Parts: sequence; structure tokens; C-alpha cells
Amino acid sequence: MAATLFYILATVMVIATILAITGRHPVHAIVYLVTSFFALAGIFYLLLAPLVAMFEVIIYAGAVMVLFMFVIMMLDLGHPERGGRPALGQWLPALLLGATVLATISYAAAGFAGDKLPAMLPGVKEFAVTLFSRYGVAIEVISLQLLFAVVGALYLGRRR
Amino acid sequence: MAGADVIPDPMEITLVIAKIGLVLLVILTLAAYLVFAERRILAWIQDRKGPNRVGPFGLLQPLADLIKLLTKEDFCPPAGDRWLFFLAPAMAAIPAIMTFAIVPFGAPVRIFGRDLPMQVADLHVGLLLFMALSSIAVYGVALGGWASNSKYALLGSLRGLAQLISYELSMGLSLVPTVMLARSFRLSDIVAAQEGGWFILYQPMAFAIFLVSILAECKRIPFDLPEAEGELVAGFHTEYSGMRFGLFFVGEYINILVLGGLAATFFLGGWQGPLLPGLLWFWGKVLAFAFLFIWIRGTLPRLRYDQLMHLGWKVLTPMALVNILATAWWLYLAGSSPL
Repeated sequence: MAATLFYILATVMVIATILAITGRHPVHAIVYLVTSFFALAGIFYLLLAPLVAMFEVIIYAGAVMVLFMFVIMMLDLGHPERGGRPALGQWLPALLLGATVLATISYAAAGFAGDKLPAMLPGVKEFAVTLFSRYGVAIEVISLQLLFAVVGALYLGRRR
Repeated sequence: MAGADVIPDPMEITLVIAKIGLVLLVILTLAAYLVFAERRILAWIQDRKGPNRVGPFGLLQPLADLIKLLTKEDFCPPAGDRWLFFLAPAMAAIPAIMTFAIVPFGAPVRIFGRDLPMQVADLHVGLLLFMALSSIAVYGVALGGWASNSKYALLGSLRGLAQLISYELSMGLSLVPTVMLARSFRLSDIVAAQEGGWFILYQPMAFAIFLVSILAECKRIPFDLPEAEGELVAGFHTEYSGMRFGLFFVGEYINILVLGGLAATFFLGGWQGPLLPGLLWFWGKVLAFAFLFIWIRGTLPRLRYDQLMHLGWKVLTPMALVNILATAWWLYLAGSSPL
């Protein structure tokens, strides 16, 4: 049953991602990408990582894409011009990068022998303890960076 | 669940499907009658009679409304984006209905020789699923207004977007102390942790912040700026008609029920209570919240946009953060820190 669900979710994800890339309409692309994130969250859940699944939806589908949509709606970019598809010169860097990533993943997957999932469901507590003890310094650095961003935004948005 | 292919026993599947069907039936019926209740209670507050013609006391009014909505023309503005216009109402209503899957609505019962929890899915990341689904619910409002290609609808959906994002933050932060007290994201654990005393006693401030935030999440007065009739006609659903409008409308009432149920679960002990059975306690609490929402609607004026943003970002969010720190200190000093 888990395998069937995986193939359904994977198909949805691949198709939605392709549509998000090839679609000419930015708002439609956002909807496709959100669908893809949702399917990815389902796959994470099947892989015994419910926490990652929830973060995927909360952060990517719920926050990042909403901000994208906000920008598109505010700047009125939602109406695509009648222009043609991007030229080869614009596709080439993306193709090169995609090929590199694909090659790396294939290489890594070829050396991956085990197909066993961890016996224990990693809980929220284990995740939190690891995050804040082992990676505590990194967390502090990242939160400082976010603080700078907030202060910067306040500075730019202040009343003149 | 994963890895090995475990085929669940058919009885289990039947019971789960039965529970899902029952929950859907109850929620949709209650939402329809909540519309009726709101009209009657508002009429009572304003010293009018309200709908009282269809059936005894007007009790068949929701049925009449349904027939009207279903037989109306399903119209899409010619300049609108058809695909998203038709998709948006469902995107607004479905997350609200899905959230109910994690709400424990009664004490576990023994049926056919097995313990059946009165909850569709007891996920151990239940509270996070609620946050995830409420962050997804934004799309219905935003896309509905945008796809209508009308300035009122667009303004309404922009306001709705900003409001929902802002109040989601304070809502999420106000729930952190609950998780700290219960030591779990699982909703059944949170209910179980309140056996000795409801969390509203320990966390009155978190409850107040959560209550204001869910009012804003429901887009109800005093936070109904996305659909402010006086200035935006009907806001993000100005262009909608027939059952698609009905879906937006009923979705809002389903949201009230779900958020009321979650408020009861997080702060009022869920289905727990003396004497009466758990089911009655839970639904009583939900309906009490629904009544409170209607009462507030009949009483308060609408906020201005800058007041709304001020309240969310400069009052509720900092208060919730301070509350988290205070709770952490308290737990640490009480010697019950998990670390």
C-alpha cells in the first residue's frame, strides 16, 4: 500500500513540477508548485519523516509560495505577455545545472545499497534536542542573519 | 505504515471510513445550521425577527438556501481566469474540513471489541498539521480574488492574504506554551494532559491571543476587512455566484467550527468534563465558541487596516513571545524541564 501511494504521489509531483516549469502563467505555476510540495510532503510522511513533511507544507507551500504570490499580485505580473518560449540561450544554464544535479544524484543513488528505513520513528523531541545542541551555533548564526534582515526591512520601510 | 507493506485489517478501514463519513455529515449539517443560527441570533441582538417562515421556527431555511444556491447560474467573469476561478472556493473550504481529521471529539469508545478513538487521525505531529493546513487555506482567498479580475476582489484578497499571514504567526506562537505543558504535538496527549486542570487556567494569555487570532483567521468582524461590505462590496468573493459562493460561505462556518473545536482542545480540556459524556462536552464547547463569535459580530465595529496590522504585529506577536519565555522559565523553575 505504501508503495502504491508512493508511485501516485511521485507521479503527481513530477507532472506538477513539469507544468510549473513549462507553464507561461506565473500564478498557475505557483499553484502547480504548491501541488508538487504537497505531494513531496506525502512522500516524506511515507518515509517516516512526518516532521519534515509538515515543515515542507508550512514553510514552502504555506509561507514561501504565498510570498511569491503576494509579490506577483502586488506588482501585477500575473498577465503573461504574448511572447514565445525562452530562447535556447536562456534554457542552457538551467539545463546544465539540472544535468549536473541529476548526475550527482544518480552517482549517489548508485552507491546506495540499503533500502531499510530507521526502525524508530524520529520524534519531535529527538529532532529538537539534536538541532539545538549539536547545531546550536549554526542556529544562532542563522537567527542573527534573520534579525539583520528584519532590521534592514524596517530601515527601508520607515516613514520618511 | 511504511517500508514493509502492511495490509490493514478491513474492519479497521471500515471503521475509519465510517468515522470520516460521520464527521463530514456532522460538520456540514452543523455549518449549514450555524448560518441559520447566526441570522437568528443577529436578528435577536438587533431586535428583529430573522428568518422564521420556512418550516417550524424557520428551521428549514438552510435547505431553502441550499436549493437556491444550487439552482443559480454558475457565472465566471469573462475577463477572469476560469481555471483558478473555479478552483479557488474548493481551496478555501477543503483545508478547513481536513483539519477536523485531527480533532479528538469524544472519549474513546469500545465497539466490536476494540478501542475506537473518537478522532479520525491521531498524528503525532497533529498540531503542526493544523498549522500546515491553515497556512494552505490562504490560497483560496488569494486566488479567488485574483482570478475574478475585478478591483474589489483583488483588494479584498490582498487584504485577506496580509491578514491571514500576520495572524497565523501569533496563532502559532500562542500554541507553543500548550505544547510545552503537554510535551507533545499529538492532540490526544494535549487533551490527556488537561485532566488535572484545563490549560486556560495556566495560560490565560495564550488563550486570549489564540482567540483573537482565530477570529482574524475566520475573517469575522471585527477582522472582516477582506470582505468589508461598506468599501469592497463583498471583497474576494464579489464575483462569485451560486454554489461557488456557497462554498466560500460555508467554508467560513466550517472554519468557525473547526477553530472552535481546536480552541476547546488546546485550552478547555477537549472532550473532558464532569458528569456528561465527552461527545456532549466537546460539541457544547464548540457551539459555545460559535455563539461567542456570533455575539462578537453583533457587538463590535470593524478595525481599520493599520489598526489590524498594528494589533497583529506589535501587540499579539510580542505578547505571545514573552509568554513563551515566561512559560519556559516557569517550567524550568518548577523543575519539570525535559532537559
